[in-house]
Amino acid sequence: MFEINHVEYNGIITIDHLSIDEGSFTAIIGESGGGKSTFLRMLNKMLSPSKGSILFKGAPLEEYDSVGLRRQVLYLKQKPYMFMGSVKDNLLIGLKYQHKEYPTDDMLLKMLERVHLAVSLHQDARTLSGGEAQRVALARLLLLEGDVYLFDEPSSALDEKSEMKVLTSVFDWLKSKNKTLIMVTHSKHVASTHTDRILRISSGTIKEDPHEW
Amino acid sequence: MSGNVIDLSFYQILLAYVFVLAVLFILKKESIKREKALILATLRMTLQLVLVGYVLTYLLESPHPLLTLLVLVVMVGFAVFTIFRKFKDRLSPSLKRVVMVALPVGTTVSLFYFLYVVVRISPYYDPQYVIPVAGMIIGNSMTGISLGIHTMINRFTDQKDEVETALMLGATPKEASKSIVDEAFDSAMMPTLNSMLGMGIVFLPGMMTGQILSGVSPLLAISYQIGIMMGILGGVSLTTYIFLKFGYRTFFNRAVQLKSY
Repeated sequence: MFEINHVEYNGIITIDHLSIDEGSFTAIIGESGGGKSTFLRMLNKMLSPSKGSILFKGAPLEEYDSVGLRRQVLYLKQKPYMFMGSVKDNLLIGLKYQHKEYPTDDMLLKMLERVHLAVSLHQDARTLSGGEAQRVALARLLLLEGDVYLFDEPSSALDEKSEMKVLTSVFDWLKSKNKTLIMVTHSKHVASTHTDRILRISSGTIKEDPHEW
Repeated sequence: MSGNVIDLSFYQILLAYVFVLAVLFILKKESIKREKALILATLRMTLQLVLVGYVLTYLLESPHPLLTLLVLVVMVGFAVFTIFRKFKDRLSPSLKRVVMVALPVGTTVSLFYFLYVVVRISPYYDPQYVIPVAGMIIGNSMTGISLGIHTMINRFTDQKDEVETALMLGATPKEASKSIVDEAFDSAMMPTLNSMLGMGIVFLPGMMTGQILSGVSPLLAISYQIGIMMGILGGVSLTTYIFLKFGYRTFFNRAVQLKSY
């Protein structure tokens, strides 16, 4: 899915070579400020590497229209943003941007169930707690049915019990649809339970060494 | 008296400066350190108006198309320069270019429409009409665009999270900036709309007051005032529209990433 060669970003991160297969689940770990989010942001062109090349489905990212690419490679921020309006408005906004058909309210509620969230579709999204907002943002992304999901600490605002329930449900859904997942996480348990591969970013470089856990 | 108007002698004008002395007295008494600003503003206003009085007298007595054009160019140029100075390094080079197009185009279109379609002045360069009307349209458009710039720059900084989230959900820059552009348009239009709402009840506009003082019938003065308000509305909205239409794009690079401000 991704081929990364001799990539550098402003002295923050350097990657000699890395490939990520279609349908694989990859966890990125490492200390704060080590460049994990920078790495994710380069994959959906929110940042462009200062050197090197990133290929997506065999073609360099520069050849992709950024908007079109971001519709395939979806990113979940660590602190999700809730737009002004209801939970429903927030769930539909990505579909509106991508000119996709709106699902029925029942389908939206089912998606909320998938992320283990029981709130009214009409609730003001800005009144949600951090954990609830994170789950609405997850559901909002799942509705878009992209090819690749980039999650930046997707469960940072959830307690341990909810974290496992939500992530198991979301990952099962992603697996069933053969989606590719690249996820930054601080949780050893999440990384080892849910992903096929663990990469560590340390001192600005990326290494494959799950045994360091 | 000249016509129906009472002449103001030099001493009478001096009497008006009593207001400045009164304000100075209050500032001193209340220890508000604004004396310098007040004196500077008073001096600048006096000097600028005396100068413009002589320039206008010359222009009205010896009308020439090139002179009228020159005054227009100076007015627009000064408005653009004032905006650049106000925002200093907060304006990127590309945003400056947008201002340099939006203000001249927006104001010129409205000015020409008002002068040649609505009033139908003759000769076409008559400074008696062109200069005061241009002043009102350019001045109001400058205020409008300044408010629009202020809102736009602030919101692109404060609402970076919103814009980035929208981009990450597959929005185009236009879609991602929509709420910012709408808000900037609102703030740019607000002074014009507010003055339209209060006009005639809360206050009598300057041009109309001036005409009435000069002996023009209030009904004719009102006709002109309505016309010029439409011209101002057109100038402010067209200038702001052009600015916003192209301005928001300058906050993104070619890869549709938010530039840092």
